[in-house]
Amino acid sequence: MLMKGDNMIKEYTQLDKIEGPLIILSGVENVSYDEIVEIRTKSGVKHGKVVQLYKDKAIVQVFEPTSGLSVKDVSVKFTGNPLTISLSKDILGRVFNGIGEPIDGGGNVFGGVKRDVNGRPMNPVAREYPRNFIQTGISAIDCLTTLIRGQKLPVFSGNGLPHNELAAQIVKQAKISDEENGEFAIVFAAMGLKHDDAQFFLKSFEESGVLQRVVMFLNLADDPVVERIITPRCALTAAEYLAFEENMHILVIMTDMTSYCEALREISSAKEEVPGRKGYPGYLYSDLASLYERAGMMKTSKGSITQIPILTMPNDDITNPIPDLTGYITEGQIVLSRDIYQRNVYPPINILPSLSRLAKDGIGEGYTREDHPGLANQIFAAYSKVQEVKALSQVIGEDELSDIDKKYLQFGKAFEYEFLNQSFDENRSMEETLDLGWKVLSILPESELDRIDSKLIEKYYRRG
Amino acid sequence: MGDKTGVIIYINGPVIKADNMQDFRMREMVTVSDKKLIGEVISIDGSIGTIQVYEETSGLKVGQKVYGTGKPLSLKLGPGIIGNIFDGIERPLNYIYKKSGNFIGEGIGLASIDLSHIWKTDISVNIGDELKEGDVFGAVQETPLIKHYLMVPPGISGKVIFKVDNGNYNMEEVLVKLEKGNASFELKMYQEWPIRTPRPIKQRLPIQKPLITGQRVIDTFFPIAKGGTAAIPGGFGTGKTMTQHQIAKWSDADIIVYVGCGERGNEMTEVLEDFPKLIDPVSGLSLMNRTILIANTSNMPVAAREASIYTGVTIAEYFRDMGYNVAVMADSTSRWAEALREISGRLEEMPAEEGYPAYLPSRLAEFYERAGYVKTLCDKEASVTIIGAVSPAGGDFSEPVTQNTKRFVNVFLGLDRKLAYARHYPAINWLSSYSGYLTSLEEWYKDNVAEDMMELRGEMLSILQEESDLLEVVKLVGEDVLPDDQRLTLEIAKVIKIGYLQQNAFHKEDTYVPLNKQYEMLKIIDLLYKESKEAIKEGIPISKVKSPEIYEKVVKMKYTIPNEYKNEFDDLSNEIKSYFEGLMHTYDMNAYER
Ligand SMILES: Nc1ncnc2c1ncn2[C@@H]1O[C@H](COP(=O)(O)OP(=O)(O)OP(=O)(O)O)[C@@H](O)[C@H]1O
Ligand SMILES: [Mg+2]
Repeated sequence: MLMKGDNMIKEYTQLDKIEGPLIILSGVENVSYDEIVEIRTKSGVKHGKVVQLYKDKAIVQVFEPTSGLSVKDVSVKFTGNPLTISLSKDILGRVFNGIGEPIDGGGNVFGGVKRDVNGRPMNPVAREYPRNFIQTGISAIDCLTTLIRGQKLPVFSGNGLPHNELAAQIVKQAKISDEENGEFAIVFAAMGLKHDDAQFFLKSFEESGVLQRVVMFLNLADDPVVERIITPRCALTAAEYLAFEENMHILVIMTDMTSYCEALREISSAKEEVPGRKGYPGYLYSDLASLYERAGMMKTSKGSITQIPILTMPNDDITNPIPDLTGYITEGQIVLSRDIYQRNVYPPINILPSLSRLAKDGIGEGYTREDHPGLANQIFAAYSKVQEVKALSQVIGEDELSDIDKKYLQFGKAFEYEFLNQSFDENRSMEETLDLGWKVLSILPESELDRIDSKLIEKYYRRG
Repeated sequence: MGDKTGVIIYINGPVIKADNMQDFRMREMVTVSDKKLIGEVISIDGSIGTIQVYEETSGLKVGQKVYGTGKPLSLKLGPGIIGNIFDGIERPLNYIYKKSGNFIGEGIGLASIDLSHIWKTDISVNIGDELKEGDVFGAVQETPLIKHYLMVPPGISGKVIFKVDNGNYNMEEVLVKLEKGNASFELKMYQEWPIRTPRPIKQRLPIQKPLITGQRVIDTFFPIAKGGTAAIPGGFGTGKTMTQHQIAKWSDADIIVYVGCGERGNEMTEVLEDFPKLIDPVSGLSLMNRTILIANTSNMPVAAREASIYTGVTIAEYFRDMGYNVAVMADSTSRWAEALREISGRLEEMPAEEGYPAYLPSRLAEFYERAGYVKTLCDKEASVTIIGAVSPAGGDFSEPVTQNTKRFVNVFLGLDRKLAYARHYPAINWLSSYSGYLTSLEEWYKDNVAEDMMELRGEMLSILQEESDLLEVVKLVGEDVLPDDQRLTLEIAKVIKIGYLQQNAFHKEDTYVPLNKQYEMLKIIDLLYKESKEAIKEGIPISKVKSPEIYEKVVKMKYTIPNEYKNEFDDLSNEIKSYFEGLMHTYDMNAYER
């Protein structure tokens, strides 16, 4: 069933089948894989993309709910193009929905360039290896999981843990602007975010005075699930434009990646694909990589994209496919712990599983301070010993511990309550953070410091 | 042959099907649509052929054409490979960069090493010489470190009836002509070889030499052999890539092929930025002079990921055939297996374990079997060593890729999340790792390092084993209640762990440690252990025996004693001896006085 529309674009007025988020049409001609489809019904326009072609049949994945759709009374148009969004510097301060349409009443973005939201892989020879650290003012991050400009460093959290506060604090305190090149912006992608949480971010951006430098792509908890697949792609396309064409330093916050993955699982099962672990599709790794790898720096541009994806670990389980595959792709992770949070410590970062892989090239002499790598190493080693001692003290009782073990417990407490713990408004300098590190570490006798150069111990260790 | 065309009828991600394919061959390389996307025929059923496409298929349409090339997916092998970085099917990333800019587009077409490049060529044969397959007929100094021997391709032989003089030639120039019967062959500076077929050798030889990595836990405890196979499994962030990079930097292989298979773009950039600045400890020249990179990062097309490790190992075999010891790092083989799974899924094949195709084990075996210590066709001893990283889901080693890999490799370097969390690097678990080459290499260690090197190794390992048993007890009762000799075991184990097993890749002295220093360090720890044990036997309490000063000196000798040490180890051992002499003496005196 077809008829001629304008511009020789054919319109199809009959569907074969509707199955969950998928519609199937036959008799199609000249349709290309991955192109965007417009589906007009009496109640409005929906969008979708071609996910499979077989002879004259096309399977289209619809971004909005298909409920209410019927096989008749529709008009389907193949646009011939992949999904693109319009971009110019005017997107700063704007709010878009999950598929990149303006929802702030500000109208369309005019005069901009059009970019395919799927992006393209960055050529490794075009990349520049990120080496400059970003001071966040948060001790646990600055000292132990140092954030580097151009890094992808996710927050692994759990329901009810203060990951939003942490992200907001980073946005507020992060010195992402270069002295000479003060251009920075924040791209915020919400996938299935609760209204309260979105409100919280909005308010905190406002308070930090960055609202005019934020671009938001919002797919909220009650917005269409399938649309979530597109949201981070729109956001990252905007980020790439601002970073690599406008030479800006971009911080991308993407939350909640768990909702994104669940949307992907839903579509995969509708397509009857062979499910992998926990029902997620086998290509979850590649799919996540196609998002996370869109962070970095390039030789031809002064800008950068730093990504802080946030995900909530189902059951606080770090081996769940979502955190697991994320960790395999990102350049480290910041892991929040319920235990520590219950001890009333903010930010409740469990430093042991946390890691910044790019820190190695961005800290130490010439970058932060000469003692930084050794100090960090020693804190990790000592805090891991604290966990052993804690386990032992639960068996034999604290009183029975050896003197040195008692020192470790004391160190553990001081570390959590003095070093980790800081208020939402507290912005510590790198110098303060490192000094604080030495202060708590000096609870341990000098002879326990086996990871630090003797000369540095001499210089920084606090005796008596 | 080249003008057959199929017609696309089905498109699903990297997998497409075309009709009219009856004249195509299985595994034939094809180009798809006018964009000339590269693909490979992976099955033919009547007139319907299935093709895996090595580039993004967005924008393809039903009805577009598939063109045959008449040959299997192959590589051009010749000068210009070393120091270069390629995608999964040997297209230079620099060339792609020139064509499509910062971001990789599709439709780059077939590209390979630069055939127009002029090389200074020496020809080493004369008219009338009889050449057989694998014989060397000339050479090009490809990098200051590597002489690139020009070889007669496998399957070809004959009498030299034409040769050019030494001089500068581009790669399309016919350098030598061979004649055999009434057939003749033109030899150029490069040859082509299909990636899925192992290159022939004369004979496999037994393993006899270690691949020296400068990493103590590997060289001393779990040595890798030249021509051997090793797997490095570990959860995310446990140090697979770091270990592979360390081996790529410091091992005594002649040539390194580093395959970034489904991993991070920045890791490839890091190699590109760092290696040219790193100096090879043996030659004093930049490490890039011996390094080849293959990159299919996690966001590049999945089908090319499947091909990338074959591309890597084929290049390795080619340099092996010249007589070199080549080491291939594949990071990560799990991403390759997942690519296999994804394509298999789209083909709707029957999945076996965890969705992986039933042929996963045989593919893994075929891959690792391409390693070996061999006699080449031209009678040289040479090797391909394969070291594969494995990224098990959830860090759980019971999953199919780790389990099947374990069946086919001889060295297993299991990375441990707990060690990584405590920043014990390299996080190689000394209890669960193993090397199957100990017996084959024992002789070599005896002849080249020291008679008792392996003995010391065994002793250290048994201390660590004992420690692990004791720690079970300590967990329940604490350390204080153990008798002094057992507490000593714990102390010495700590020295081994911190002072020996831990090795800081970022420390300029510690990042690479030659075997003789490894041995001297072992001897010092052994001395400390024996002296301490003796003292404890005499009834001296552990608190006295464990002199913080002496123990700290031993733990930090890795930093304080340089790789080009002179008397430092003798001095340290004298210091240990005299400390214990003094201790014994005072103790004897005290005993006497009592
Ligand atoms: N030998 C080492 N010396 C010092 N640091 C190390 C060493 N090995 C690992 N690390 C630390 O561990 C981090 C993670 O290591 P690496 O990137 O090799 O992990 P991986 O196992 O490859 O993880 P993934 O599977 O996610 O790629 C490094 O960035 C570094 O900080
Ligand atoms: Mg890695």
